[in-house]
This record gives sequence, C-alpha cells and structure tokens, in this order.
Amino acid sequence: MLCVTRVASAQNTPTVSGGLGFLNSTNAGAHSFQPVVSPVVVAPLGRHFLAESRFYFEEFIGRKNGTSGPYEGTFIKDTQYLQLDYLASPHLTIVGGRYLTPFGTYNERLAPIWIQKFQDAPLIAAIGTRTTGSSNGGMIRGTLFSRTNVQLDYVGYFSASSTVNQFEAARAAGYRVEAYFPNKRIEVGTSYARFLQDTHNNSFGAHFWWLPPSSPLQLRSEYAHSEHAQGYWIETTYRLSQWHGPESIVGRVEPLFRMQQTFRNSPSPGDGLPTADTQQADFGLQYHLPHEVRLNASYSRKFSSPNGTNGNANIWDLSVTYRFLFPMWRGKE
Amino acid sequence: MKMQRSLNRISVARMLLLSGCLSFLAIVVMAGSMEQARAAGTQDAKSAKPAMKSSDSDQDAEAGQKKFQANCSRCHDAPEQFSPRIAGTIVRHMRVRASLSAQDEKDILKFLAP
Repeated sequence: MLCVTRVASAQNTPTVSGGLGFLNSTNAGAHSFQPVVSPVVVAPLGRHFLAESRFYFEEFIGRKNGTSGPYEGTFIKDTQYLQLDYLASPHLTIVGGRYLTPFGTYNERLAPIWIQKFQDAPLIAAIGTRTTGSSNGGMIRGTLFSRTNVQLDYVGYFSASSTVNQFEAARAAGYRVEAYFPNKRIEVGTSYARFLQDTHNNSFGAHFWWLPPSSPLQLRSEYAHSEHAQGYWIETTYRLSQWHGPESIVGRVEPLFRMQQTFRNSPSPGDGLPTADTQQADFGLQYHLPHEVRLNASYSRKFSSPNGTNGNANIWDLSVTYRFLFPMWRGKE
Repeated sequence: MKMQRSLNRISVARMLLLSGCLSFLAIVVMAGSMEQARAAGTQDAKSAKPAMKSSDSDQDAEAGQKKFQANCSRCHDAPEQFSPRIAGTIVRHMRVRASLSAQDEKDILKFLAP
C-alpha cells in the first residue's frame, strides 16, 4: 500500500486534490443518486503559513415523495473548511477561519468520500459536531511530544455562531486529546464539546483504533454521549493484500463490517440522531481499482424500537469514487 | 403490537447471532493470515526495500520512512504517486491534519525527497 515513489527534491507548489464520486443508495425503498465532487486546495505561504480549504458539491437526485413520484434533483454545496494555519512552533499550530469541528475521529479524519469505507456516516456522527460539522473561529493543535513509542496530540477550539450562507456554525468550544503508539499502531483518545447557544449542553466522546502493523486489519471504534442520546460504532476492515500482494486481483478486495447502536435518553428534535433506540449492522465490500478508483457496495440492516418513526429498514449502497491529486501549476523540475 | 415487538426481538437476536458468527469467522481468518504474515514478514520487508529505495546510511531518511509508515496510513491509503513539485505541500498539509511535530515533518520530507 505504501508504494509512493520517492522524489528528487521537494517543492511547495500549491495542490488541488480531493474526490469525485457517483453514489447510489436505496434506503427503506427510497432510491437516490448523488454525483459528488469534493476538491481540496492547499497552498503553503512562506515558511510558517498554510492556507487550505475543502468544498463539497452534490446533486441529490431522488423521488419527489421518497418512494414514489418523479425524480427531482437538489443541488447541495458546502464550504467544509477554509482556514489559515500558522505553524507557530514545532509543537503548536494556530488555525483561524472555518475548520472541521474536531470532535471524535469521523468528522475530521474519515468523512471525505475518498477515505470513507461506508457511504453513510455513523449514526452518532452528529454528537459533538453540531450544527454543520464545521466551526468558525480559532483552534490550536499539535503534538505535545513525539517519541518512537508514543505520541501525544491535542486540539482545542472555540467557534462563534454564524448563519451566513455556506458558513453556518454553532457557538461552541471543546477539545480532543489522543495518545498514539506507533509501534503497536494503537490510538486512544477522548473528546469534549460544549454547545454554547440556545440550551447549553455537553458532549463527550472516546475512540480506540488498532491497525496492527503486521496485518491489513483495521479496527476503528468510537463512543459518544450527549444529553439526549448516546451510541457507538465499531468498524473493521481487512484488505486481502496477503494473498499475492495488494495489487493482485484478490488483494484489491477489502471486506468491511460495522456495528452501531444508538440509545435515546430523551427527545431532542433536530439533533441529527435517530428518534428511537437503533441498532444497525453494515456489511460492505470495497474493490481498489488501479489509478485511485474504488468500487464500494454495502448492505445495512437497521432495527429501530417500535415507537420510533424510522422503523426497520434495509439500506443498499453502491458507489464509485476517484481520488485525484496534482499540482496547481507547473513548477521547476 | 406484542406480536410486532416479539418479531423485532427475534430479528435483533438473529442479527446479533449473525454478527457474532461473522466476527468469529473474521477472527479465525485474521489469526490465520497474521500467522502467515509473521512467517513471511522477513521476506516482505526485504522485498519492500528496493521499492522504497531506503538507504541504511541515512538515519534521518530511515526515521522518516518509519514515521511515514506509522502516520500516513492511519486514516487513508497513501497516494499511488505524486509530482515532486508538491512533496513539501503534502507533508505540511499532513503536519496540520495528522498533528505531526516539526521534526516528524522534516524526517518524512527527507524520506520522500532526500
């Protein structure tokens, strides 16, 4: 997997990268198509600054009444981050602008379409990341210390409320601290967020990742708790790269499994979580084609408590994604 | 209503049973292949070296290689290839995203662009 070609000399030409995808989903009989493009622009400015941004454009095409009626499209666009980073010291980076809310791991690290294993976000993804998954304001982050056997990372942020189109955010503050053990490739961390507008409330999270160095197994899990709901997800993936290498026909296959549960403590309309206790099992298969193209198919079975409005449902997802990365202009060779 | 509830309970039990069986199967397969990998580990490491073109004499580059392998694939697969013009930009981007220290950034850059 780590087949990056080493290069002759590093240069800081700005880059355009990101993902292009065509997603197809049938959720409880409601069928939809979503062509998506999500470009990332990164530009170093001098020795200490970095400007970076990610945008998201999607055409959601679904039936007018969910499961019936003619198909109609809705265009969705979003500025997910637009930030300026100041590398203040070897262990401190100061970020200003619009950035991804650093609660848990999914929103910041696993959500992009060229990274995500399952098309649908975990059921608890909205905990700690309200209201849009992005925040406007300031953030400090970095690594407290980095040794060969342990690394300790931190993030702290404050966000102001905003209702400006494309830049919606909630007034909130929080932090995340994580320890990473590179030799074992184990990561444990905890997150906290305080929602500071309307009714103030706290969200807590914890995550555990294990990516054993001698195996293509990846295990990621996360737990999150808010005032009105809590839940967890556990995701395991295993690329069959030990059968004739990662570039072989079999080695390009990656079975996926995710188990998730949410528990509703009290009603809270609009918090983005299921309205009733929900269990969901996701089974998927990913195929890594050459040239950064991935095919992904998954089936999910959702069980919701009888008094919930969602009920039980089957979810079928199918997608093809392409990841791109190139310099913004020609530089010196 | 009672009938519906008991049906739901049965469905949940079935799902949990199915999940349990699949997890067990996955653990058995993984244990087998981890054993296989351990046995083949030396050979894999040897065959990886020429592709990475690592130099034993350059300690910084070696440290960079280790840091690259430990950090860059935590969240995603490394890109198959990229232009030399953007190596510095990518590593700086990852410094912010993956909370790398300045030393980590320097080492990884030395490995990617000696």
